[in-house]
Amino acid sequence: MKTTAGSRRGYYVTGAALAILFLFPLVWAGFASVRTDTGFGLENYDRLFTSANGVRLQHVLNSVVVSALTVGGTLFIATLGGYAFGRFRFPGRDVLFLLTLAILMVPYATILIALYVLLGWLGLEDSLVGLSLVLITFQLPFSVFMMRNSFEAVPVELEESARVDGCTSVGTLVRIMLPAVRPGLVTVGLFAFLTSWSEFFAPLILLNSTDKFTTTLAVVNLRTASHGSIDYAALEAGVVFMAVPCLVLFAAMQRSYVRGFTSGAVKG
Amino acid sequence: MVGLFFLVPLALVVWMSLHRWPLLGKAKFNAPANYSGIAEDELLRSAAWFTVKYTVIITVLLFVVAFGLALLVQHRRPGVGFFRTAFFLPMAVGFASASLLFLGLLSDEIGPVTDLLSWLGLVDGYVSWTSGSPDSALGSAVLLVLWRFAGFTMLILLTGLHAIPPDVYEAARVDGANRWQTFRRITVPLMRPTIALVLTLMTTGSLLAFDQFWILTRGGPDNSTTSLVMVIYREAFIRLDLGSAAGISVVLLVVLVVFNALQFRVLRRRSS
Repeated sequence: MKTTAGSRRGYYVTGAALAILFLFPLVWAGFASVRTDTGFGLENYDRLFTSANGVRLQHVLNSVVVSALTVGGTLFIATLGGYAFGRFRFPGRDVLFLLTLAILMVPYATILIALYVLLGWLGLEDSLVGLSLVLITFQLPFSVFMMRNSFEAVPVELEESARVDGCTSVGTLVRIMLPAVRPGLVTVGLFAFLTSWSEFFAPLILLNSTDKFTTTLAVVNLRTASHGSIDYAALEAGVVFMAVPCLVLFAAMQRSYVRGFTSGAVKG
Repeated sequence: MVGLFFLVPLALVVWMSLHRWPLLGKAKFNAPANYSGIAEDELLRSAAWFTVKYTVIITVLLFVVAFGLALLVQHRRPGVGFFRTAFFLPMAVGFASASLLFLGLLSDEIGPVTDLLSWLGLVDGYVSWTSGSPDSALGSAVLLVLWRFAGFTMLILLTGLHAIPPDVYEAARVDGANRWQTFRRITVPLMRPTIALVLTLMTTGSLLAFDQFWILTRGGPDNSTTSLVMVIYREAFIRLDLGSAAGISVVLLVVLVVFNALQFRVLRRRSS
């Protein structure tokens, strides 16, 4: 397409205006979280962590535990599952794969009520492990699908030469295949982290006691538990506190994330 | 794992929907009371209507905005990486956090929006965007969803755009097609699978809307922005009637599966 000077300027003006619109709320949240009555300071953060309904260290630790379990579990199962689906033929393979994808068709919000009862029967009610297991399950379709595509994209010769050199099946997976599918792993891991760190609905239903709350629940609780006025400034401090780890991780891994996403997710 | 946390709950939710199932205490078979109750529930009816309305608005607006963004950043040009990142960045903020962010942003207490608009002379005094009127509450939620999901949708559409071989465009240009014709006759038809995926994601996501209304508008004013999933939550954990919540879930589930299957069939057929 021919680009004239006019259309190029149009592109930059539109792009920049839109970029400002999209970035503005983020910048504003940072600004609002440090603005106080007298100027700027960390008082809002102070109130966030010390007020009666505020966020406690326990909540942050809970979030870290849930995220770590979810990311670890998702990576483990998605790697093994993706490897199996991508490389081996075994009876029932297609049925199992379709079943995994069927989770996509059945959104979890509709079966959370049943999961709540089920986890109760398993003795996992109000438990961070139970919550993580549920979050892993709902990460699986996307993750297994991604990892299958990633494994399929690795040339078979690479694996064969490793086997000729005397690598076992597990050895090949760990030494040869894992480095080859790293962009896929990063995408799956980052996605699992972003979801589990900020997930709201599943913890809201599956966790009952305040000391089991994740940070998201605790911050939202600041809004929903207040009957009179809402402490907006402390809320924005909570928003920033929640968003910073995600933004940092995202910025650090953006390249492989987007590459993994575009090469694996939408193919096929 | 898949069996335990997917198939069993799926069966269980159907099973529960056939029972009077209080949060505490014993379950009793009462089919089809949970389903006949659905037809009589006034709140549920208004929530269903509202959810459908919201889904249509979001699907149309989000698709148009995201497609526009994708077209804007589809070619490699200086600055394109920055623009893509800027549009996508809101996705890194959790949805619940984003809802809280907009709660503050649109509030008259610390938010700049009201000040800005009154400075421009568009509004007078204080406006309560998120709870003032049904329309402004819905508008707030729509704005929030557009902000947070436009970049993500753009990225998916972008992969579809990039999958179209450049020589097809070249051929169209040689044949003297103008931009609109190229878009209409080449871009859209060749992107049909991607568009199907995006539409499915958007409709499913909006039919299950919860966070944005729970946090931003609290379903108000006067339950005017209460979504279906909010009704399910209320049945289960405020009215402590899990059976009735399961009944609504099953209906919603069936609607979603049928709807998605239909959508895929229609889009598949047209593409072949």
